[in-house]
Amino acid sequence: MSLIGDILLVVGCAFIALGSLGLLRMPDVFNRLQAGTKAATLGTLAVLLGIGFNHPGWWAKLVVIAGFVLFTNPVGSSSIARAARKAGIKPRVLARKIGTDG
Amino acid sequence: MTLTTLQLIALALLVTGIALSTLRLLLGPTPADRMVAADTLAVITTAGLAGLASVFDNPVYLDVALVYGTLAFVGTVAFARALEGNRE
Amino acid sequence: MEHTADIPPLSWPHYLLVFFVSLLLWVLLTGTFDRQELVAGVLVSAAVTLLFGRRFEIFTGFRFSWLAPFHILSYLGYFFVALIRANLDLAARVLAPSLPINPALVEIRTGLKSPLGRMLLANSITLTPGTLTVDVVDDRLLVHWVYCPPGTDLHQATERISAAFERHLSRFLI
Repeated sequence: MSLIGDILLVVGCAFIALGSLGLLRMPDVFNRLQAGTKAATLGTLAVLLGIGFNHPGWWAKLVVIAGFVLFTNPVGSSSIARAARKAGIKPRVLARKIGTDG
Repeated sequence: MTLTTLQLIALALLVTGIALSTLRLLLGPTPADRMVAADTLAVITTAGLAGLASVFDNPVYLDVALVYGTLAFVGTVAFARALEGNRE
Repeated sequence: MEHTADIPPLSWPHYLLVFFVSLLLWVLLTGTFDRQELVAGVLVSAAVTLLFGRRFEIFTGFRFSWLAPFHILSYLGYFFVALIRANLDLAARVLAPSLPINPALVEIRTGLKSPLGRMLLANSITLTPGTLTVDVVDDRLLVHWVYCPPGTDLHQATERISAAFERHLSRFLI
């Protein structure tokens, strides 16, 4: 049981480390947000699940934290992306801008 | 509070993540880049606080993680609004 | 809040939903099914529902039906699979030395009308492979796409990015 929990901890922390590596390697704000948000969210969820396996008595509060992270993290990163765009940071777009009316 | 080998590996990976994000926080050419790094660090810290609860075997740290996550989210949105400014 | 005047009157299922969401949060935070805690939780949730129920306009988009819990579960299942795929995809891109990205901003259209539905759709898009919601304006979502295939138009982008989520969400949200 606690072996599964430890493995989940390692997997979660590995995703967090990969996301931070993406944060460092990606070329502009929007790509960095993509890397940071997705990896940190899944990494945190995996860590919380792992702790849930190690301490079965704590599941309720872990579920609250997990739900909270799942709800707020994308909202936070969307608001950063929107702010960056309004502040005049141009996304590095290689393809033509598409789908807009004029 | 002895850690198993796997937990030590997880800890090392977590520290790597924090170090890389901090590097982006210091390097970040624009304020938005620094905000992305700060937001990611906040989420990593939430996970780290939950990990502390596990290491110290003390569920109080879970409440700390929950409140920290809430405040970090509010802070992120507030900074995003400040960066956005009044350009309608 | 400037919209206070035109909040639509909420029907009793909405108040019931507010009550049960408050109660669920209470049970999860206390972490027990102890009888005293439950009684206190019911009282506090009832007070919250009566005092602040009409402020929870975010719940007005919910479509009530007996099948709603199953639809929510099937949405969650699809969502978690997409989240894990997104992270594997991202890990592959980050670890590849050549950093294979082809970023683009695309617009997609949504049929969801309620604020809750649009928020959940935006969240889902942010957490799925290679896409990030930048802005929501009326029924258009501005999406940043890490690897946009060349020559994609509005219809194809909508189909590729959001159609599956929208199918799941529209079963229990307006």
